[in-house]
Amino acid sequence: MEVAVRELLIEKGVLTADQVRRQVEDMDSRTPARGAAVVARAWSDPVFHRLLMADGNAAVETMGLERGPYKLVVVENTPDVHNVIVCTLCSCYPRWLLGLPPDWYKSRNYRSRMVREPRAVLREFGLELPQDTTVRVHDSTADMRYLVLPMRPVGTDEWQEQQLGALVGRDAMVGVAVCASR
Amino acid sequence: MSEQTEPVRFEPGEHVAVRAAHPPGHVRTPAYVRGCEGVIERLCGTYPNPEEMAYGRSGLPAQPLYRVRFRQADLWADYEGGPSDTVDVEIFQHWLQPTGVNNDGTPRRS
Amino acid sequence: MGGQPAGPVARTEHDYALWEKRVDALLVLLSRKDNRQMTVDELRRNIEALGPGVYDSLSYYERWMHSITATLLQHGVLTVDELGRKMADVEHRVARGEL
Repeated sequence: MEVAVRELLIEKGVLTADQVRRQVEDMDSRTPARGAAVVARAWSDPVFHRLLMADGNAAVETMGLERGPYKLVVVENTPDVHNVIVCTLCSCYPRWLLGLPPDWYKSRNYRSRMVREPRAVLREFGLELPQDTTVRVHDSTADMRYLVLPMRPVGTDEWQEQQLGALVGRDAMVGVAVCASR
Repeated sequence: MSEQTEPVRFEPGEHVAVRAAHPPGHVRTPAYVRGCEGVIERLCGTYPNPEEMAYGRSGLPAQPLYRVRFRQADLWADYEGGPSDTVDVEIFQHWLQPTGVNNDGTPRRS
Repeated sequence: MGGQPAGPVARTEHDYALWEKRVDALLVLLSRKDNRQMTVDELRRNIEALGPGVYDSLSYYERWMHSITATLLQHGVLTVDELGRKMADVEHRVARGEL
C-alpha cells in the first residue's frame, strides 16, 4: 500500500520522490542526542535554563537546533517533583529533539496505565519513587510537546557540557528513568 | 481579538470542570477527565479546533487551549500515590465550564 | 484509552524500517501548510474509524497507511480505480522480484 500510494502521489505531482527521501533523511538525523545536548546546556548555563523553561522553542533555536513544529513545554524534575510524559490519545512526542518514539511509548498498556497508576508503571521501568515525591503526569493531548528536564546527577559539578550530555538518556527525558553519573 | 479567535475565558489558578459529554466523532478531550474538576495551570495559546479539522474544515474560530491540572486522587478512587500527585491535560476551552454549574449552564444545587 | 485496565508495559522497541519512515514522511509532506492535502486530525479520525478489532490487528504504521489512504480517497486526491490499478501493478512487480 505504501508503495502504491507513494508512487501515485509522485506521478500526480502532489509530491516528489526527492521530498520523500529528504524527509526520511531528516528523520534519521533526529536522535535523543539532541535532547541530551539541550539538557546538558540547561544544567550548565543558568541563562539558557531560564529561557528553556519560559520558551522552549526559542531556547533550542539558540543552540542551532530546529525550532520544532509544536510548542515545547519543558517540565523540570526536582527533589520533590518527578515528571513523566504520556500521550493517551495517540503518540505525541517531541520528535525534533528525541527522534521517533519507541514502541512501548505507543503501546496500549503504557498509554492506558500511565495516567492511572504511574508509580506502578515507573516501577516496571526500574524507578521506585518515594511516597512523598509528587508525581506529575503530563498527558500530551493537543498542541504541546513535553520534554522532562531531569535532575543533574550529584558529583558532576566540575563536568563539562559534553560530558554531561553523555549522561542523559532518552528515557530520562520522557520521565521513565533518571540520570546517574555512572 | 478577531472573529477568528474565541476570547479567553479562564485564568491560571481558576477552578474549572470538564463537560461530561460523549459525542461521537473525533475528540481530543480524554474520556477519563470528562465530568471532573481541575485547576487551570496555564493558557497554552489559541489553536484551530481539532474536532473540526478532523473533518477537513478550518477549525476556526480558534479555541483557547489550557493545561488543566487534576489531582489523581480526584480521578481514581483507588489511586496508589500521595495526595499531591497530579495529571496535567491539554483541554480546549469549549470543553470547560466554571465549577458549580450543570452541563447546560444552570447553577447546580448542592 | 487513558485509565483503561491493561497489562504490564513490554519495553520493546525496534529500528524503524524504510517503509515505516516513508509512511511517516508521507504524512509530514501531505500535512504541510504550503501543500496541505490532509491534517493530522484527519489522520487520527480515520485511525479511530478502524474500530478496536482492526486497530489491534495492524501495526502502528500500517494503521497510518490505512488512514492516509482513506483520507486521500475522501478528498479525491486519489481515486479507488487508480489505486486498484496501481496496487495490482505493485503486486505484479513484487511477484517478478522487481520490488
